[in-house]
Amino acid sequence: MIGLVVVSHSEQAAQGIAEVAAEMAEEVTIEPVGGNGDSGIGTVPDDIENALTTADDGDGCVVLVDLGSAVMNADVAIEMSDVEAVIADGPVLEGAVNAAIAATGPNATLESVREQAEAARDIDKL
Amino acid sequence: MTEQTAAVKAVVRAIAERLEAEREHLTDLDSAIGDADHGGNMARGWAEAATAVEDLDDTDVATVVKTAGRTLMSEVGGASGPLYGGSLVFASAELDDGLTDETLVAFAETYLEKVTDRGDAAVGDQTMVDALVPAVHTFKKSIEVDDLPAIEALAKAVDAAERGVAFTVPIRASKGRASYLGWRSVGHQDPGATSTLFILETLLATTRERLDADLASSVDATSPVTPEEDPEA
Repeated sequence: MIGLVVVSHSEQAAQGIAEVAAEMAEEVTIEPVGGNGDSGIGTVPDDIENALTTADDGDGCVVLVDLGSAVMNADVAIEMSDVEAVIADGPVLEGAVNAAIAATGPNATLESVREQAEAARDIDKL
Repeated sequence: MTEQTAAVKAVVRAIAERLEAEREHLTDLDSAIGDADHGGNMARGWAEAATAVEDLDDTDVATVVKTAGRTLMSEVGGASGPLYGGSLVFASAELDDGLTDETLVAFAETYLEKVTDRGDAAVGDQTMVDALVPAVHTFKKSIEVDDLPAIEALAKAVDAAERGVAFTVPIRASKGRASYLGWRSVGHQDPGATSTLFILETLLATTRERLDADLASSVDATSPVTPEEDPEA
């Protein structure tokens, strides 16, 4: 099954987003990661790399990211990691919910889960 | 440890000291248009890098640069980690044969390429790229076209970077956290361009000091005159 990694500048935000997404898909592994490693705001590539390893069962991971350095550090982590992973270019929370549901599908692939995460960009709320 | 390795370690130490001294200044710049973490991130990251390279025994230039970069990537926690650190790691391979005019130009170009690639930024986006592009291009031209020694090429590159930093003030940010401010980013000096300038200035100052010291020590001291043995003794 495709695993998910939620990267936020705030560790708490990442945990909260993972919780919200897990409600819809409890069988999917959703690994939250965030913070600068010093209980401050930021992202660290080594931590993201560890999250990839945790979330991967061999089928690869889709990575949801919030802002600037989360994108770059996720990129660096994917380069360093042996896990097959792609970043979804979509909103982090709605994207994570979409991706979690997509990952439970019987024919889910890395590409199909990423596509669903990115489709969250077009969700109208009003 | 070779002369070159010692010099590069000294540069990393000096950059750490300079960025610690500029911590408040960079934080102020970043408070105006960003998330106010640039001063702390850079000071902390480079302090850790200085410690990490100090512990390297019997090593080469490329390893020192790579170690500094890796440490920045792990310790910075903001976009400066992948941009400064990741680019140093990537470009360090160009220094495998030590420091020569050719390897320095290749290093500078590769570093720039990685920053623009990773940050997806170009000149005019109000980022560190605005200082880096003129610096790297000036360095390359000074060496390859004007045939200047590397230290003079670096001095010209620092001047160019300074103009690049000034150029970030009147433009609007379209990359990085400042881009969220839209037009409100106009009139502010970019913190990343500024820290890039500080690093280049420190690189120049430290290298100059070491070259001057080398010149001073290479002057032949007259050998002390041995008094003739007293035949009476």
